[in-house]
Amino acid sequence: MKITLTINNTKREVEISPSEFLLDVLRRLNYSSVKKGCDTGTCGVCTVLMDGKPVLSCSILAASADGHEITTIEGIEKDPEFKNISNALLEEGADQCGFCSPGLILNVYAMGKELKNPTEDEIKKYLVGNLCRCTGYVPQLRAIKKYFEVKA
Amino acid sequence: MKEVKSSIKKVDGIGLVSGKPVYTDDLAPKNALIVKVLRSPHAFARIKNIDTKEAESLDGVECILTYKDVPKNRFTRAGQGYPEPSPYDKYIFDEYVRYVGDEVAAVAAKDEYTAEKALKLIKVEYEVLEPVLDFEKSKGSKSIIHPEKDFQSEGFISSDPKNNIAATYEMSIGNIEEEIKKSEVVIKERFYTQAQAHVMMEPHSAYSYIDMQGRLVVVSSTQVPFHVRRILSRALDIPIKNIRVIKPRVGGGFGGKQGIHGEPYVALITLKTGKPAKIYYTRKEVFESTYTRHAMRFDITIGADKNGKINVIDVKGLSDTGAYGEHALTTFMVAGSKVLPMYNKVKAVRFGGDVVYTNHPSAGAYRGYGAIQANFAIESAMDILAHKLNIDPVKLRKINMIREKETSPIFKIMGEGREGVEMIVNSCKLDECIEKGVKKIDWENKFSSKKEGKKVKGVGMAIAMQGSGIAKIDMASATLKLNDDGSFNLLIGATDIGTGSDTILSQIAAEVLNVPTDDIIPYSSDTDITPFDTGAYASSTTYVSGNAVRIAAEKMKKEIIKAGAEYFEVSEEKVSFNGKEIIAGENKITLKKLAEILYYNENQKQLSVTGSYVGEESPPPFMAGFAEVEVDTETGKVDLINYVAVVDCGTPINPNLAKVQVEGGLAQGIGMAMYEEVIYDKNGRLLTNNLMNYKIPSRVDINKLDVELVESYEPSGPFGAKSVGEIGIDTPPAAIANAIFNAIGVRIKDLPITPEKVLKALKNKK
Ligand code: FES
Ligand code: FES
Repeated sequence: MKITLTINNTKREVEISPSEFLLDVLRRLNYSSVKKGCDTGTCGVCTVLMDGKPVLSCSILAASADGHEITTIEGIEKDPEFKNISNALLEEGADQCGFCSPGLILNVYAMGKELKNPTEDEIKKYLVGNLCRCTGYVPQLRAIKKYFEVKA
Repeated sequence: MKEVKSSIKKVDGIGLVSGKPVYTDDLAPKNALIVKVLRSPHAFARIKNIDTKEAESLDGVECILTYKDVPKNRFTRAGQGYPEPSPYDKYIFDEYVRYVGDEVAAVAAKDEYTAEKALKLIKVEYEVLEPVLDFEKSKGSKSIIHPEKDFQSEGFISSDPKNNIAATYEMSIGNIEEEIKKSEVVIKERFYTQAQAHVMMEPHSAYSYIDMQGRLVVVSSTQVPFHVRRILSRALDIPIKNIRVIKPRVGGGFGGKQGIHGEPYVALITLKTGKPAKIYYTRKEVFESTYTRHAMRFDITIGADKNGKINVIDVKGLSDTGAYGEHALTTFMVAGSKVLPMYNKVKAVRFGGDVVYTNHPSAGAYRGYGAIQANFAIESAMDILAHKLNIDPVKLRKINMIREKETSPIFKIMGEGREGVEMIVNSCKLDECIEKGVKKIDWENKFSSKKEGKKVKGVGMAIAMQGSGIAKIDMASATLKLNDDGSFNLLIGATDIGTGSDTILSQIAAEVLNVPTDDIIPYSSDTDITPFDTGAYASSTTYVSGNAVRIAAEKMKKEIIKAGAEYFEVSEEKVSFNGKEIIAGENKITLKKLAEILYYNENQKQLSVTGSYVGEESPPPFMAGFAEVEVDTETGKVDLINYVAVVDCGTPINPNLAKVQVEGGLAQGIGMAMYEEVIYDKNGRLLTNNLMNYKIPSRVDINKLDVELVESYEPSGPFGAKSVGEIGIDTPPAAIANAIFNAIGVRIKDLPITPEKVLKALKNKK
């Protein structure tokens, strides 16, 4: 079946099979920043924004994204907020294997739009679905707190 | 020093955070056949018949392989040194399946949907056998997991497959019985550690194709490309020279990718069809069909005098290697060799036991590698001893632990799989680590404060050591090549698996050459292009590969001076190189200009050097870990309020990256201590085969991690550095168990420490 997705501000007609998940369609279309880490919607590495809200692309049928706006890291790469978030992570050395980074950054990006001066607790809760096995989370938290301090 | 000891950003960081296509699956050709593996539903069975006809006739199915179509070479998937210290007990496909998830057949199809459909159409007739699911009952059980006639292992491994034993080990120093008899206080305790899953975020993945010379190219998310090449050569029966293994960015490994998993399957499909093929493990497959940590049991006896001087430590161990003997002997030996030398004042010490087969998924390498298991047992036992002696556990450590310039006879006796090497510990700030930690956690007050109420706080501690590479076995090399603009390519066989090693190795080269790290362009690793390196494991990269890079850079410096001398027509002694310019008296020339001349105008030749290194010893990093917990006595729930880790990893090359290594290790250690558990049902089926049932710590579970690096200088390391990859994981299990005891007076001796266990122990105490 054919659906229409606006991916990173570009409208695209995409041929999909009804059982296909958004994640697989995005990867098929070469948005390789969208990673696959699990089969059960629990790791968060596949996070993308749908109409500006973070969603797990592995758990969304592509068909149900028909007509929606999808944003991946490729789409915010030029956005100064992306630079600020990623810079904070790079400065802390919180980009270890980097596999969780795009999903995490998109979520921080969305959180930045949603919350003003989030507390440590709010940050943790907002990002709880983004697992990371390399960093132990604390360097990421240091980076994200710094980002919000600068932002405030 | 300006390039090392500096927390520069990772050289590949921007590419990673912006999601560039750099991991294996991102790079796979779009037309690659999709490979899926049919896996055993039984813990132990013999395949009587496989019928693939119907599956093969499915439109879009390209090829199906079973045990009838594959080379019959026994190999081990463990990516280790050679000769291999793990038994050759695995076929690519076997007539026997030995755990739920073991490989039965592989399907290659045009897409995932077709491949999965085909899997369902394969008909397999099994003769179900009696599995061995309890590792304590494996030895001598009437079910024999490896009855095959062609079972082999190298002469230095004592495998006894008829008794389900993958390896046995025994060592002792001094008179154990005598010393126990003479000791005024003796404790005897039994501990259990569970299997743990790696849960690197990127699942195992690989793809393969045939290059224009007809060679097999395998691109893989691996920690050990050179071992993969060698193992594939053995398993597939093709010469090493006809195989090329490339490692792109790796999304985490922790030992889980120190072996081969999907590689033989894609390779065989490519060899058979001539077409590119790729495999991407589902998370379920990662859990069910790759490695876990070895579950272990330890019986510890410690004898001491009244003042806390330990005379004797006796450790009897049992390890569960699962269906195959990967890392069986070596993880077990490391359990002894990376813990016991900490207590080097003993008169007698013994370590031994069996590593047994069971019908569980295979255990393999995992950060901490035996050391964390034994650390939990021994460091818990130390706490029990301290309590019995009525001595502060910190003091007990101080009386008995190893210090700078000391040694332990164990270093020589126990290596990994073989004898070790003699070693004086030339850098050891363990005492300082303890002092600092004691202050940071406020030990004096908190340890002896009154414990009462519904929610009770307590503190506990443990010390740990690891190693830096495997002495005299594992080697590394690095090639430096001067470019015509004065920059350098650094070709390294070492594999950055998310640790930042490409960055720190570049820093080391830059420091020696006195150039900015920016001028070093690292490339790792490709068995065709980069020089040999045994890979990223055993905490070896900074130390072993780092030394190789240092040596290469020193050679390069000499080459530059030599070229400068030729250019100025003076002797080499008159020439110096300051990183920018080559100077001979009044004359100078920039490196950039010299390079240009070298490649385009005069005396034309390429400056290129290779350095290699093998550790003559394995200097241990040390750590003191302190946990503060709050236990809810009504629910048994334990909150880890704070974890203080003070680490001596020598002089860190990149303090930021070193610190994150420790923080990441701590979180995994905390996971092992409190949350993570691999659970099987009574038929050996894995219940924790997804991230919902297998709980790794999330952001809200990790409170405060307070990591400090205490600097020492390791004379044999590059710029004084030791390793830091594993040490962080080692102390949490014991420190947390000890803190719980301090809080509520109950001792949990099997991991993980769940609320149920705590509550039960509390009830039993009353
Ligand atoms: S891939 Fe894990 S949540 Fe989507
Ligand atoms: S950096 Fe590797 S999983 Fe987060």
